[in-house]
Amino acid sequence: MNRPRPGLDRRQFLQRLAAAGLLTVPGAGVLSACATGGGGPATAAQGDVSAQNPLGVAADAGLDVVIFKGGYGDEYALFHEELYKKAYPQAQVEHTATTQIAQELQPRFVAGNPPDVLDNSGAQKIDYATLAAEGQCADLAPLLDAPTVDDPNVKIRDILLPGVLEQGTYGGKFVMLNYVYAAFPMWYSKPLFEKNGWQPPTTLDEMLALCEQIKATGISPWAYGGTNAADYVLDLSLGMSVKQGGPDVAKKIDNLEPAAWQQDVVVAGVQAIEEMVRKGYFMPGSEALKHTEAQTSWVQGKAAFYVSGSWLENEMKGIAPPDFTMTAAPVPVLDSGSALPVTALRTQPTEAFIVPARAKNVNGGLEYLRLMMSKEGASKFAELTASVPSVKGADAGAAATPALQSVTAALDAAGSDVFSWQVNTWYVNFYKSVLQQQLGNLLAGRIDANTFISTVQSEADKLAADQNVPKFQR
Amino acid sequence: MRYGKYRFIAGFLAIPLLLYVVFVVSPYLQAIYISLTDWRGFSQNRNFVGLANYVDLLGDTRFWRAMWHNLLLLIVVPVVTLAIALFLATMTTLAGRGGALGRGGVRGSRFYQIVFVFPYIVPLVIAGLLFAFFYNPEAGLLNGLLRLVGFDWLARPWLGDTTFALPAVMAVLIWAFVGFYFVVLSAAMKALPIDVFEAAVLDGAGQVRTFMSITLPLLTDSLKASYIYLGIMMLDGFTLLQVMLPDGGPDGSTEVVAQYLYRAAFTDGRFGYASAMGVALCLVTLVLAIVILRAGRRDRVEF
Repeated sequence: MNRPRPGLDRRQFLQRLAAAGLLTVPGAGVLSACATGGGGPATAAQGDVSAQNPLGVAADAGLDVVIFKGGYGDEYALFHEELYKKAYPQAQVEHTATTQIAQELQPRFVAGNPPDVLDNSGAQKIDYATLAAEGQCADLAPLLDAPTVDDPNVKIRDILLPGVLEQGTYGGKFVMLNYVYAAFPMWYSKPLFEKNGWQPPTTLDEMLALCEQIKATGISPWAYGGTNAADYVLDLSLGMSVKQGGPDVAKKIDNLEPAAWQQDVVVAGVQAIEEMVRKGYFMPGSEALKHTEAQTSWVQGKAAFYVSGSWLENEMKGIAPPDFTMTAAPVPVLDSGSALPVTALRTQPTEAFIVPARAKNVNGGLEYLRLMMSKEGASKFAELTASVPSVKGADAGAAATPALQSVTAALDAAGSDVFSWQVNTWYVNFYKSVLQQQLGNLLAGRIDANTFISTVQSEADKLAADQNVPKFQR
Repeated sequence: MRYGKYRFIAGFLAIPLLLYVVFVVSPYLQAIYISLTDWRGFSQNRNFVGLANYVDLLGDTRFWRAMWHNLLLLIVVPVVTLAIALFLATMTTLAGRGGALGRGGVRGSRFYQIVFVFPYIVPLVIAGLLFAFFYNPEAGLLNGLLRLVGFDWLARPWLGDTTFALPAVMAVLIWAFVGFYFVVLSAAMKALPIDVFEAAVLDGAGQVRTFMSITLPLLTDSLKASYIYLGIMMLDGFTLLQVMLPDGGPDGSTEVVAQYLYRAAFTDGRFGYASAMGVALCLVTLVLAIVILRAGRRDRVEF
């Protein structure tokens, strides 16, 4: 009898298993669940153009809407979708609300089946510059020339608030509709100021004098969130600079011009911050706070001023005491010879809505945006979110809150004297890893104004020379 | 059993192997491929650029600084965590009234064994939020305690201080992981053969000597495995840092590679570059595992 051969020993078994594993690897390429898979071109649905239907919507084509469900919730979007269903009863409207925009939408963009309307916002938004550079946004020009819902003789482009066109224009094409009109004033508690007889300052000297007074009462003049929101203070620093030197100051910075950060007014604005740091006008320990913690300290009365966008009141709902009366004031000017008046305000339309270029129902997407900008659609948004939509003619049906009232008043006072910068939306990486970080250093007293300027300037020059980053011009 | 043996084995292994290929091997291969392109992540546009991303990576000071932070975590956290865990495990399993042979540890060991595990049960995200309060410069417990005992000069904005932010995060990691490794090492100690200890005591070894010459060498395998697990976690470190210091800490002093990678991909739209970082991190992890496994190789003691 032959003895049976022993079975596989462990080593042989492992070797063969590894070989089997390696053999199967080349087959992995045929897997369809690939991040690197393909996607066919999409043909968008078309309908007949008429007075009722200026954008040629196919009445029966479905509409796929993805909304960022952040500070504004998604109730307003449900209302807008109802408007769309009323206009096109045969259309199936699909509603998705999420905060993970980039993570959830990435596979859809890559595979070529994006939604018809995307609210690309929040911390997880897809970088605007990337989306625009990749040609993923449909040109919204037909929408601009379409008549408004309420008045066929008025075009959509005529009801946009100042800055909306510029904010949504990338490489000469208008591709994003920023639906919310955010303003960036300084904020304070009205009762606190009245009790102490303080007036919001209009010039830097007044500001420094007031800070000294405030500090004497044991309250910190300013708060900021150093671990993740030092850049908010840019609204004070660069805001003063732009008001002093005019909108071109910001334009040079956005266009990455040589020596843009070395403009005299920019340097003066940064030096003002340095002086305020030196004199201890920022709440001690701010460098270790998140913006939420800093804002909480501020509404608790530990600090007098805070600078942030007009979403602030919404963000602090339920945390700020009921009698806080959050009130806006424009940032000061450097001195009385300023190019822009004291009332000038930085505004930046936010909450970017796009219609993806490869959507199945591009026209439906454009029509949805048109409905959003109708009197009914915009007013409902204002009512539900206590925010200012970026179109004219929206009346907030809701009881206006103190912050919304004061922002509206500040916007009225500013009129056409509004300005902005784009460095924060065009060059996110530079903005966060250079500007925000160096501002944090400046505010914590780790560097002085000169170091700040030279560091930021050299990094801006590097960015200007970097071939990997798509560039934009104003 | 001879006939059809291979088919039998292959039949059993086919499904797990397929799953492994689909969910592990294929993403790795794709990541390597993507790292050789200039893909921006949100379209089909993708150009093959060879090793350009890796060349950029070599010259990227921000990447090397992030890698340095990972290495600091890798060196400090496991060493301190395992030292504390080893001490606590010894105290509750070997030390105490019974001398070297006394199993059961110091008085109240049962109670300690339960309490020490608590921090590990707290999810890291929650721990991060709790410790953010703990380190709060004005209202935080830490500065409050320091001021209470008159150490005002020590109180500082921990997470806003370039020197102390990373150590402050390390302390949280150590606090979070000690409990788990305490359990691992306790279990390993309880499994040690008693006769070796008896022999040592007969030879007149004291408690310290017994620990150094018997316990520690016998635990080498457990300690190595623990170090590798902890080390791999420290090469990541994303969760806690993203909760506590989402923007890389004061002057970028706490940014780790995983955070930089995430930002390069999702806020910067540089998926090719981010993939190159991922591949680099993967290589470092493999090297770490190999180095630790080969370190201090000796004949295994069978017991």
